[in-house]
Amino acid sequence: MATVASKLYSDDGSLLVLLLDTNPLFWSNTSTTFSQFLSHVLAFLNAVLGLNQLNQVVVIATGYCSCDYIYDSSLTLSGNSESGRTGMPALFASFLEKLEDFIVKDEELIKEQEHDERIASSLLSGSLSMALCYIQRVFRSGHLHPQPRILCLQGSPDGPEQYVAVMNSIFSAQRLMVPIDSCYIGTQNSAFLQQASYITGGVHHAPKQLDGLFQFLTTIFATDLHTRSFVQLPKPVGVDFRASCFCHKKTIDMGYVCSVCLSIFCEHHKKCSTCGSVFGQSKLDGASTVSEKKRKAPDS
Amino acid sequence: MSDWQVKYKSTVKDRGARGILKLREGMLLFVPNDPNSDSKLKVLTPNIKSQKYTKEGSNKPPWLNLTNKQARSHIFEFENYQDMHACRALITKALAKCEEEPNKPAAVLTSAEQLSIADLELRFKVLRENSELQRLHKEFVETKVLTEDEFWATRKKLLGKDSIRKSKQQVGLKSMMVSGIKPSTDGRTNRVTFNLTSEIIFQIFAEKPAVRQAFINYVPSKMTEKDFWTKYFRAEYLYSTKNTAVAAAEAAEDEELAVFLKPDEILAQEARQKIRRVDPTLDMEADQGDDYTHLMDHGIQRDGTMDVVEPQNGQFRRSLLQDLNRHAAVVLEGRNIDVDSEDTRSVAEALARVKQVSKADGETTKDANQERLARMSRVAEMEDLQAPQNFPLAPLSIKDPRDYFESQQGNVVNEPRGAGTLKRNVHEAYGSLKESILEIRTKGLSDPLIKPEVAFEVFRSLTQTISTAKNIIGKNPRESFLDRLPKSTRDEVLHHWTSIQELLKHFWSSYPITTTYLHTKAGKLKDAMSNSYSQLEAMKESVQSELRHQLSLLVRPMQQALDAAFQHYDADLQRRAAKSARGSAGEANGSV
Repeated sequence: MATVASKLYSDDGSLLVLLLDTNPLFWSNTSTTFSQFLSHVLAFLNAVLGLNQLNQVVVIATGYCSCDYIYDSSLTLSGNSESGRTGMPALFASFLEKLEDFIVKDEELIKEQEHDERIASSLLSGSLSMALCYIQRVFRSGHLHPQPRILCLQGSPDGPEQYVAVMNSIFSAQRLMVPIDSCYIGTQNSAFLQQASYITGGVHHAPKQLDGLFQFLTTIFATDLHTRSFVQLPKPVGVDFRASCFCHKKTIDMGYVCSVCLSIFCEHHKKCSTCGSVFGQSKLDGASTVSEKKRKAPDS
Repeated sequence: MSDWQVKYKSTVKDRGARGILKLREGMLLFVPNDPNSDSKLKVLTPNIKSQKYTKEGSNKPPWLNLTNKQARSHIFEFENYQDMHACRALITKALAKCEEEPNKPAAVLTSAEQLSIADLELRFKVLRENSELQRLHKEFVETKVLTEDEFWATRKKLLGKDSIRKSKQQVGLKSMMVSGIKPSTDGRTNRVTFNLTSEIIFQIFAEKPAVRQAFINYVPSKMTEKDFWTKYFRAEYLYSTKNTAVAAAEAAEDEELAVFLKPDEILAQEARQKIRRVDPTLDMEADQGDDYTHLMDHGIQRDGTMDVVEPQNGQFRRSLLQDLNRHAAVVLEGRNIDVDSEDTRSVAEALARVKQVSKADGETTKDANQERLARMSRVAEMEDLQAPQNFPLAPLSIKDPRDYFESQQGNVVNEPRGAGTLKRNVHEAYGSLKESILEIRTKGLSDPLIKPEVAFEVFRSLTQTISTAKNIIGKNPRESFLDRLPKSTRDEVLHHWTSIQELLKHFWSSYPITTTYLHTKAGKLKDAMSNSYSQLEAMKESVQSELRHQLSLLVRPMQQALDAAFQHYDADLQRRAAKSARGSAGEANGSV
């Protein structure tokens, strides 16, 4: 009986892998508190789980120095009802416990690191990779599995130094046909998330009002993949396709690309710093001087 | 000029009226023998559109079908093919002549008065078919911005499509094989009759060089032309009976006949020469091994019997494939001699000359064999036996994949914040984060989670985002902004675009200005352009406010193009003024 049910519902059961940004530097500088944010997210997760019996939720925390699995709805035992003093469901209690452990560990890791010169970005590449690993394991478990999708709840700015790793994760997700939805709650614009959603066919949205986050989440990101084809979801007007250069980690829209290893540079180098290929004189420079000369000729 | 006895029919089924067909200067006259007949006919040669005629050898009588421009056809039945061909040739000539004539004045004088009526009609037709062009024509030609000729000068292609007149295509050969010429029998006696035309003779000579050679050798010194062909067809007949024993016997008796039956020596030699030119690495003998037509029950069906190659008397047999290949080669070569005479001998000689020339081309070097060897060694070069070719090669050396990004962090621009303060900030931040978690663990989820007003605001903003995105991107990405404009505005934009293009095309083509004519033309065009410039402005103002921004984006490239033209015009004017000032100050140079 159970197999019949799962067969019947396998097209709208979904596996939601939520990447939760727990970057302390972001949360200390933002208008809403982390606790408010968490209550919105927890309510959203509860809603997703309630939408369909077969829905599954996995939460991965994206920290400043590390990432870890925080919560997996398939592992928690439903009978375990440790409704503590606050009247909170067991699910949330274990979730918060794990999250606290993670943050303590993350803080310890930062003590070990001596050079703290990074931009205040989270380890998005790490959590994306972990999500894809989890999804890959689900794919290999058999034919009947909920349809996976990834939702990035990100607030901290992009870390250009993660560019290659993030892009590789995005392309892996594209290969696996796993859409990456992204909800950017930070103040800047995240090119990574825009590209991730664009390439994988997910939804990108940057809500302006964080006190209405729950509404945004349930309206935009709660629908399963099958239902999406019938729903008008916000579409981005444009996508920020910029890449970061390898030499200064700057986000650039025009630059030099090594013809051997495809490294990107913001300025002309004599030698590729990645693979050591020696570049010739750029033809472009020569051509422009020639055209300069040409343009001047008729006047003189 | 010429007269022929013909039968005239207006349709195929018409019984026809006998009479005389006369070709006179510029017209074709048919005078019926019966003076009472009303089938008198006069066709002006320029009115003839096409001519068709029955092929020789088909069982139809020699008909010539002329179609005039009103698509009426006139069929003339000639007494024989020769007459028909002669008449056809004359008509073709006359047609070519009268087609050349209208072109001549057009080439010399290009003013509108000299245009032939046909050309004017063509222009009218093009205008009628293309309403956009018509509008342009009306706008610019009738307001005298452009002259009629200037307008059409850029559209020669449109006119030219219909006026490709003379085709220089040569008449090719028929694809029917020579061996397909079947004799006609009268059924009572054992006589068979072959009908021979100059076309067939040409084909025989081209396909069978040995016959050609024999003709040159024997006719007329040894035998008459008639005897020659009799002998040839006798050989063909023997061959077609497939009785190789009889063929062998006859060949033994008559050496001239044997020439026709034996394999063509000249062809064989040519083939050998061609084989020498084949890529030396190709093993031709191996291919021959694939041939199994000599095996039992194999072979090619031909004329109802199996074309089995018999080993004995094999020299008197030709395989169908050989025939086919030879025929195909001749058809592809086409008629490469200009001799169009009835004299068989001259045809044969001309063909022989052509062959000799091409042969001479083929073996200019005596040491062909030497060259062949050299080519063999060149082609047969084995890659793995060669010395290694040392291209400059730089291996991809990413020793550490981390190099791809991480080890180059030395030049990372540091965050403005100092390391120490960041560290302290980080710990404070972690603290507050932990506090938050503690808070939610003790207090539970915030209640109410979301205020109704906020939720409403979220829905409102989402709806707005989705609808504006739809406006900007369109319902589907293909849909452009143009489709959202009201139809009249849209048409106006498109029309402006085409007319500006037209004006710019003429404007830029009149530079550099070398004559006063071009000067006035550029001036006129400039005025017309500034006119449309202001029209564009007016259109922008008249459109609805929400569309104005998008419309101005559309209009901007047009205005930019016009601006560039104006700029060039002014600069050119200034330069000319300076030049003329200098010219008048100094001595007067030759006028431009």
